[in-house]
Amino acid sequence: MNALLVPFQYAFMQRAFVAALAVGLLCSVMGTYVVLRKLSFIGDGIAHASFAGIVIAYIRGLDYYVGAAVVAVLTALGIGFVHRRGNISLDTTIGVLFTGAFALGVFLMSRLKNYAVDLQSFLFGNILGVSLSDVLFIGILGALIALTVIVLFRGLLYTSFDPVVAKASGVHAETIEYVLLVMLALTIIVALQSVGIILVAALLVTPAAAAYQLTSRFSTMMTLAAAMGIFSTVGGLYLSYFLRSSSGATIVLLATVVFFLTIGIKQLRSASARRA
Amino acid sequence: MSDAGDAVRAERLVVRYERTLALDGVTLTVHFGEAMGIVGPNGSGKSTLLKTIAGLLSPSQGELHVLGTQPRKLRPGAIAYVPQIEAADWTFPATVWDVVSMGRFPGLRFWQPFGEADRRAVEAALHAVNMYDLRKRHIAQLSGGQQQRVFVARAIAQRPQLLLLDEPTTGVDFETEEALRRVVRSLVDDGLPVLMTTHDLDRVGEWFDRLLVLDRRVLALGTPAEVVESGAYASIREHTHTHGHARAT
Repeated sequence: MNALLVPFQYAFMQRAFVAALAVGLLCSVMGTYVVLRKLSFIGDGIAHASFAGIVIAYIRGLDYYVGAAVVAVLTALGIGFVHRRGNISLDTTIGVLFTGAFALGVFLMSRLKNYAVDLQSFLFGNILGVSLSDVLFIGILGALIALTVIVLFRGLLYTSFDPVVAKASGVHAETIEYVLLVMLALTIIVALQSVGIILVAALLVTPAAAAYQLTSRFSTMMTLAAAMGIFSTVGGLYLSYFLRSSSGATIVLLATVVFFLTIGIKQLRSASARRA
Repeated sequence: MSDAGDAVRAERLVVRYERTLALDGVTLTVHFGEAMGIVGPNGSGKSTLLKTIAGLLSPSQGELHVLGTQPRKLRPGAIAYVPQIEAADWTFPATVWDVVSMGRFPGLRFWQPFGEADRRAVEAALHAVNMYDLRKRHIAQLSGGQQQRVFVARAIAQRPQLLLLDEPTTGVDFETEEALRRVVRSLVDDGLPVLMTTHDLDRVGEWFDRLLVLDRRVLALGTPAEVVESGAYASIREHTHTHGHARAT
């Protein structure tokens, strides 16, 4: 029994578990909107774009995550603006802007003589390196995002289902979309340290997509997604300790297993309904 | 100057999609307690006119007053717009009740709970379109006619001051069409102004008080009988029957 509790004895693991819980919850709640609005590509896009912010922050001697957050938010707003004003499809806009921002990061990095940032931790995350101030940062940002979701809950729901009618009936659909994009950018930054640029999109999409297989109610989908998200992040971190594997990769792999399990459950339910 | 007695007043309205002219100098007035039908061939600007009145599109020229002001300055919930059912994602995780409840959202501030009055409005709207018994059903499990009725119920639950319907009878059976007609006529009798596009030219006299024949420009406007007499209707009828939607049996 004691062996199973070993991971919780270390302070760095305790901080990592708190971060994992918050990230799992945030990503899956925001992921519900990502999946239903068919924005799966955006998580990957904004995460890659934030790389430019990390390099700029390095050049300017600023906190990397602040740099990443600024560029992520600007990219998210840029995606919304170009998509709406340029009448260009969202997929195309994300594809153009994120590769552009990512290329800017590579360009700036290539011109540096002594680039000493640990890229590995940004690409694949390092949840075990979360400090107390990081936990505080995640907590404050998480509370801000949760508050915004509560305030805009009805508007977000209506515009996710039927944005045109919502707008015609006086809901500020455009403003809500911009707020959602900013919240997504901030969520991605919060999750970067846990799973890194490469895998962050999975945390946004997979738990929500898994929950979508099991329910026909929005609020149930969000609750299930949150439970699966937390299970994946906390469970993945826990498993990674014993498997001596990358925590980010283990978290995402566990989320993927959960996703396939829900597909199996859905198939079984459909088969049993057909028989009945 | 807008006449406070008019629900909609458009003068020389021009709407463009980039270089394409969708509406060319449309002038019309819709009164309270009046149902106006809009007919015309595909691509004649019927949906564009509704979307412009709903504030979804901006006119490039002309004047538009909706309920005495510009569409985007209206209070939330003033306009209910019922789009064609293809416009929505019917796999969305929502029941019939959930979707109709959305009609109440524009009128609620974020701190106001979804209260008893809202629940009663949703129930009444579901009863009006005969969908109350299916309120717990997932929207993906509905037929096209039932989906159409859900959209109309959402608009009714909103308690709007102006109702815009975009081809609500396309693809529905006669029974559903008749149920929708009775609901709309009862709303009109209560004073609600209604604008509705349709491809169904057979029953315009039963649906509408006035009829607008549109082909980017106004070809005719008057009572259904006047419009039929004008001759504009005949050419549209031929065109619409050739290219328009077929009624489901």
